[in-house]
Amino acid sequence: MADPLAVLLAARGDAVLESHERLGDATAVVDPVELVAVMRFLRDSDGLDFEMLTDLTGVDYLGREPRFEVVYHLYSVKHNHRLRIVVRLPEDAPEVDSLVEVWPSADWMEREAWDMYGIRFRNHGDLRRLLLYEEFEGHPLRKDYPKERRQPLIGPRN
Amino acid sequence: MKVEENPHVIEFLRQGGDSFMTTKVEAVINWSRKYSMFLYPFVTACCGMEFMSVAGPRYDMDRFGCALPRFSPRQADLLFVVGTITHRQAPVLKKVYDQMAEPKWVIAFGACTCSGGPYNNYATVQGIDTIIPVDVYIPGCPPRPEAVLDGLMKLQVRVQKEKVPADGRHREMHELELPVVEKPLA
Ligand code: SF4
Repeated sequence: MADPLAVLLAARGDAVLESHERLGDATAVVDPVELVAVMRFLRDSDGLDFEMLTDLTGVDYLGREPRFEVVYHLYSVKHNHRLRIVVRLPEDAPEVDSLVEVWPSADWMEREAWDMYGIRFRNHGDLRRLLLYEEFEGHPLRKDYPKERRQPLIGPRN
Repeated sequence: MKVEENPHVIEFLRQGGDSFMTTKVEAVINWSRKYSMFLYPFVTACCGMEFMSVAGPRYDMDRFGCALPRFSPRQADLLFVVGTITHRQAPVLKKVYDQMAEPKWVIAFGACTCSGGPYNNYATVQGIDTIIPVDVYIPGCPPRPEAVLDGLMKLQVRVQKEKVPADGRHREMHELELPVVEKPLA
């Protein structure tokens, strides 16, 4: 069984900015421009076969530049191995290509990341809020969203 | 001899030979209302598990005439709000409440519905009484079934004390006090 991170580094080392591995958890930080190509490679090449995108989430490192991260957790049912892919996005334009074409399961997870962190996914096609309502202003899981801010649809502002 | 002086009649009534009772219209209407609550379970979160427990045969809400869930608000008397209410859901809850026909009552089941419970954040309504009137609050996260039954009995006592206006409409009962229920003997 091939080590997925080693295979990725050998084949697409140009797109990987940084990587680390500890206790079997391998992470690769990938250039956002190359994201879709890298993901297609991971899904399609023999010996890797990452058929599943199990999780996709945003992270806000307020005060750091690039401020945002999107973290993808990949899983291969065939080989029972996992890989974590990270892209870092700047504060003024948190925007990355959508992976809906690669894994349809990315659809709602990208909508959630947009909802909570305001990260835009290019070519998503239907990038609406997933959990909150359209009237909601801002993105509540950003670290600079005021903790006490309430936006009720009806009822008092409590 | 007048009928009420007839010793046979007096003896017949004394022994309760025929079944009858005297009451007030208001009392009998309230009595029948409190023992035939059709409830609408508005179940959104973990408290739902405890609601299933209290509605099931072990705790048996049917003993209190409150067993039949109606999944149409038009046919329900008692709105059971069970679980966390988010701001996104608040208009739905209000609409369900508005669709219920009078007379209607509301029970806030669990800490989340009473006050927002463990959640004080951008998403959660801090108590459903900011949206709709509430008759009985049942605290707990989630409340024990016994607490729910206690709340139900408190509501029944309240219902029995209500005024039934001539036009048949139930009015807000916030001025009624919430009495302590005497414990059942057995
Ligand atoms: S009160 Fe506790 S158990 Fe009930 S819905 Fe809220 S968090 Fe869940």
